[in-house]
Parts: sequence; structure tokens; C-alpha cells
Amino acid sequence: MSTVSIPDFNQTIPIDSVGVEERVARLNKRSIKTESKLQGLKLALSMIDHTTLEGSDSEGKVIQLCKKARLPYAPMPDLPTVAAVCVYPNMVATAKKALEGTDVNVASVATAFPSGMAQLHIKLDDTRYAVAEGADEIDMVISRGEFLKGNYSFIFDEIAAVKEACGNAHLKVILESGELETYENVRKASDIAMYAGADFIKTSTGKIQPAATQPVTLVMLEAIRDFYRETGIKVGMKPAGGIRKAKEALQYLVLVKETLGADWLNKDLFRFGASSLTNDLLMQIIKQETGIYQSNIYFSND
Amino acid sequence: MSDQKTKSTKTEEKANGIPKPTSPNSDLKLDYSSFWNYSDAPESSDKVVIEDTYNHFINGEFVEPEKGRRFASVNPATEEVLSQFAEGTSEDVDKAVKAARKAYKNVWSKMPGRERGKYIFRIARMIQERSRELAIIESMDGGKPIRESRDVDIPLVAAHFFYYAGWADKLEYAFPGRKPEPLGVCGQIIPWNFPMLMLAWKIAPALATGNTVVLKPAETTPLTALRFAEICRDAGLPDGVVNIVTGAGQTGSEIVNHPDVNKVAFTGSTQVGKIIQKSLAGTDKKFTLELGGKGANIIFEDASIDQAVEGVVNAIFFNQGHVCCAGSRLIVQEGISDRFIQKLKDRMETLIVGDPLDKNTDIGAINSKEQYERIKTYLDLGGKEGAVMHQSSCDLPQNGYFCRPTIFTNVSQSNRIVQEEIFGPVLTIQTFRTPDEAVQKANNSPYGLSGGIWTDKGSKIFNTGQQVRAGVMWTNTFNKFDPTSPFGGYKESGVGREGGLHGLYPYVNLV
Repeated sequence: MSTVSIPDFNQTIPIDSVGVEERVARLNKRSIKTESKLQGLKLALSMIDHTTLEGSDSEGKVIQLCKKARLPYAPMPDLPTVAAVCVYPNMVATAKKALEGTDVNVASVATAFPSGMAQLHIKLDDTRYAVAEGADEIDMVISRGEFLKGNYSFIFDEIAAVKEACGNAHLKVILESGELETYENVRKASDIAMYAGADFIKTSTGKIQPAATQPVTLVMLEAIRDFYRETGIKVGMKPAGGIRKAKEALQYLVLVKETLGADWLNKDLFRFGASSLTNDLLMQIIKQETGIYQSNIYFSND
Repeated sequence: MSDQKTKSTKTEEKANGIPKPTSPNSDLKLDYSSFWNYSDAPESSDKVVIEDTYNHFINGEFVEPEKGRRFASVNPATEEVLSQFAEGTSEDVDKAVKAARKAYKNVWSKMPGRERGKYIFRIARMIQERSRELAIIESMDGGKPIRESRDVDIPLVAAHFFYYAGWADKLEYAFPGRKPEPLGVCGQIIPWNFPMLMLAWKIAPALATGNTVVLKPAETTPLTALRFAEICRDAGLPDGVVNIVTGAGQTGSEIVNHPDVNKVAFTGSTQVGKIIQKSLAGTDKKFTLELGGKGANIIFEDASIDQAVEGVVNAIFFNQGHVCCAGSRLIVQEGISDRFIQKLKDRMETLIVGDPLDKNTDIGAINSKEQYERIKTYLDLGGKEGAVMHQSSCDLPQNGYFCRPTIFTNVSQSNRIVQEEIFGPVLTIQTFRTPDEAVQKANNSPYGLSGGIWTDKGSKIFNTGQQVRAGVMWTNTFNKFDPTSPFGGYKESGVGREGGLHGLYPYVNLV
């Protein structure tokens, strides 16, 4: 195994915002039609982390969500299931039980989500609890305050500690790009997370605006590409929050395809953190399959 | 597999045989093609009518060529003949110049600027209304991808007419204290790389300043110019103000040498530009020449690399590299060159080469067989000169003239592929160590049309930018055009400026 040298995170990698946004605009011009559209829609469906992260969540609501995750649309039982259900730690056991016998994972947010404003030992306990309850994946938040202070080693150590607490569970690191503001910060936070052991990097909690955007996602995908070239390790990507339409989902997939390539076009390396996206994907899939648009009243809201 | 291995070790060795330190994973491949490839998404050309034959447009009507000679224009993506065009002879040119002179004397030069402006505004709007049709024709006739003709060419055409329409009644403010007078009849000859856009660059300022026009489109791409003639007719433009004569080099020469032409505007090769300048010596004809280029794109190590890679792609692969201001020489700082070239190769793998009418096509067809052969000659030459060629691995269509995006490394300043304009999707890559060396390499060229600088540091942009002798310098971007911005070359890249306020000068006498 080759040794990986950790870069100096005080150095900033320049990112030209005009260039990033132009690149996204150009990729958005890709015209996804007929077979590639249907294939893309189904692929997107299989990559969803079906999410409920409300203070008002109850066991009943989570069970309902899991049923949708197992069988997104009953009239079409052959459709792929979503990738995972994403809940708070105290709902993990419920979700785990409801998803028994499927390959839908249970993801849990942890580390004092969404603010991350807690002491490290509390965050680690939070993580260990979620894993003990059966979470397959942990979505942690970074301490944005420390990051913006320039305390990069704090962020690195925190992520490394949480990764250790995860054990076998996969770790997704939420950067909360809306609070980092610049693409350079997003790039830096991505690098720190990957070198500290993240399995996935994720844009947002969904609680802050702006949440996921395509330019931010592109910057993160490019960071993943550079990390892969440097270390040979494939890190996953998860844009989360605000992605509601099938068309946007396809645009994200185009970003992935043309930045990282085919290896990343599966649920092991790319996820959508979303809730209402599922139904729009279903509507578009049915349109592609049958030629007829269904009204949204025929789809369950979970 | 073992083949691959030897190959990669070979490139890692320096000239002196000492292995160069590279990243441990430089042989990792990103797979851009094995899954989820886009289905065909062709723009429909069903509604576009292309006649079997086309005539000249002289004095407000389409007229048969005097000698009845015809030539064919082919669709370079299919090699099928699109239509037959009239070949302009001296009789046709003379008729067109006479019509233009009459229109100039009797109507156009006497018309108040405000009225002229109305016609030009009308033309601009009609171009917008017919933009889809024009874009499709441009792609069929010239081979450029519909993404570019739809999003770049035709919108810029309309923008140029809008911009110069605005000047028509404000000329006295353009030249404070001077009185601008029109020149008379302008003979204009345009190339095949941006057929309609070059037409707009020529005709819009000429009309705004009160001149009349005889224009010859390139022999491989005359279709949109004749559509433009229809627009002029439909806009009610007075007869003879715009005349379009089709034909090849001989027809162009008739226009240049016609004694009653007051100004010649030419865009094309430096070789032809020199012939024109010679033939104009000793006459009082005004002229502007917009000729070849070999633009240098300088990448400093503090540039935003991923965006710079994208900029290099836009610089050389835009319009199949058929761009006089293309950034065809990449000059990259030595420390980042390996990483940069790696990223550029990755990006090249995602470029889609194929049917110009497909909305996903990035690189369309090479404009003509002749140009295709010319590019091939340079690809062979590169190898003979000791350069290392790399092309993307994409599939090419069975028919038509297509060329894979190509880069040459291990090139020297003395190589012909570095010195000469290839006018295709072919990039040469050199490295530099100090800013002085970069500038010296950039300027070591008979051309001076365009250049690019990529750095995160503002002061470096200005410091380097003012030392590069080129008419247009782009910083942290490339191949951006706007009607308000003047465009033109230093050295053998041309004489005069087109676009912006500067673009009015060549069309007026200041009294």
C-alpha cells in the first residue's frame, strides 16, 4: 500500500466561480432522450436516500417511509428500490426493522445534526448509538464554525474520530456548503473530509439555504477525481436538499458521468438526499413507459 | 496490458533517462463510455426547405448567373450534395457592383441614419425570428454542431445587427468634432468557419454607416448568406443595398479588383490576404483584413486548473478548431504540466464527435474534404517532427469528414505544427518556467490575433497581458465574443478592427 501524504490545508486551491458555473451550464445542455432518459430515471431512483428529518417524525411515519422505499410504486413492482432511508438516530431501529429482508440501507444523521454544535464526545456517542441501533450509514455534519475560523486540523481530527466510531458503517460527511459560501471553501472542506476518511462527501443538511447546487456538486466531484488520482480511493458523492425534479436529477447524473465516469454511476458511489424527488421520478418513468402523464394524486406522499 | 505498462514507464522518463517523480496512480483510468451513453437527440431538419439550385441576389432579386455556371456545396457530415449554387463571373460581379452603386447614390447614402437604423433593426429581429432555421442550415452546410450554431453563432449575428443598428443615427457622437461620410460600395469576402457571423460582422457596420454591399460567401458555405438575402428582401431593404454573389476565389478576386469598389473587407487566410493587399496597392480602396492566427494560451501554475482545462477545450475544440483566434498553442507552466495534460486527456474523452445536428455533439464535421486533408497532413507532419500525438478514443461516423480531438506534446518552437495555422481540432503543448519565457514563446509567431492567460492573480494578468502582442487577450476564459468589443490582429493576423466603435472607422471617411 502506498503512503498517502496529507496536503497542507492552509493552502487554498483556486476555483474560478465563473468557469464552474459555465461548465455546469454547458453540461445542462446535454439532451437526455428516449432510452437514456428512462435508464437515467431508474438509475436516479435507485440512488435516492429517502429522507425524513423532522422534529415531528414518529415511528408510524418512518414505517410508512420505509414501505415506500421497499416498493416505490406498487403497480410497477420491477422498479428499483431506493438506496437507503435516512432518519434521526432514535428512528434507526424502527427503520431497520421495517426494511428487514431488503437491501435498502438505513442511514442515520448523527453528530448533533444539523448544527453540529456539541462537544466531540457527545457527537461520538451519538454516532455509536446510531450504529448500535443498526445504521449502515452515518451522515455527520462538520463544525462549520471551526472551519470558518481556519481551524482545519480540528475538522480533520473530528471527522477521523467519527469515522473510527462508525466501525463498519459508511461515513458521509456533510459540508453544509450553504454556510461555507465560497467554492474554495467547499473544495477545501471536501479535501479535508476525504483525507480524514470519509466514504462519501455530501453537500448539505437540507436545513440551510442554499442547499445542494450543481456548481457546488461539480466542485466536489472534481475534488473526488483529484483524490482518486492521488490515492486510488473512490469516494462517493451525495448532493442533498432542494432536488425535487427528475430533470434536475438527470442533470446531476450528467455531471457525474462527465466528471468521474461510469464507475460512479451507481448507488455505492452516488446518492441523492431527497424526499419529494422520488415521486417526480416515478411520474417521469411512467410517462416514458406508457406515454401518458399521471396526475400526482396517484402517487403516495410519504 | 503489458503493452500499456511499457508505454506508461516510457512517458515517465525524462530525456536524460532519469525517471521523473509522478503520482503513484497516474495510470488510473476514468471510464467515460461503458455505461449510460446518451441516446441520439437530433434536431429535426424536416421543416427546413433547401432548394435544388440557388442564384445570386442582385438588386433585390435572385438572378441566374450570366454564364450559367454552377458549383455544388456538400454537407460535410454526410458528403451529400446540398444544393447547386451560381458561380459568379466578372459579369455578375459588375452587375452587383452597379446595383450597389445605384442604390448608394440614389437611396442609401441619402437616407437619414434613423431610417437606415430601422431597416437594420428589422433585419436583426427577423434573424431572431428565423434563428432555428438559420442554425440548422448553418450546421448542415458547414458541419458545426447545432449547440454552437444555435447558442453562439445565430444569437451573435442578431446581436451584431442590433448593436450597429443602434449606431446608425448616432454616428456624429461616435466621432466627436468630425463628420463621418460613407465610402460607397463595399466588397466583402467572408470565410466558411462562421458563415453567417462573418456576414454580420461585415454587413452590419457597412449598412449602419450608409454604405452598400457586394458580399461573397465562401464556396463551401453559401446557404445562410442566401437566406440572409431573403431576409433583406422580406425586410423591404431598398434594392441593391445588399447584393450577394456566390462563387470561389476567382469571384472574390473580381470583387477586389472591380474599379468601382471603394472598400474591401476580407476575412480568411493570411496567404489570400497578402494577395489582396498586393492587388490593392496603388489604389485608393480602403481595406480591412482579418487573417490567420496561432493563439497562445498561457496557463500559470496558480490558475484554477479544472476551469483552465475547460478553457483550453473551448479555445481549441470550439467549432472543430476552425477559428482564426483559436488557442491552438498551449503554453503551460512546467510544474503543473503533467497534471494538466492528464486532466485535458480525461476531458477529451468526454467530447462527443459526430452528427452536427445532434444536440449532444461537441465537435461536428470538418468543413470540407480539402480542409480535412490539410489537417491530416499536419497530423502526419507532427509525428515526423518528433511530437507525441494523443487523440481521444471516441468513435467516428462512417461517412463525412471527422477528426478526433488531438493534442501534441514533446513539440518545439521550431516545429511547423507550432508555427503554422492548422485550423482544426489540433493543439500543441509546450511548457515554460518563467513568465518571460511564456511571453517570449507566445510572441514567437508571425501571427498575433488572440491569446489567453490563466492565473488567479490579477496583477499577473495585466503584467503578462500587455506584453503579449495579440489583438484580443482573454483572461481566465477564451473565445468570448461581443458586438461591442473590437476584434482584429497584429502582425500577419490582419489590418484593422471589426466590432465595437472601432468597427465603424473602416467604413467612414472622417471630414
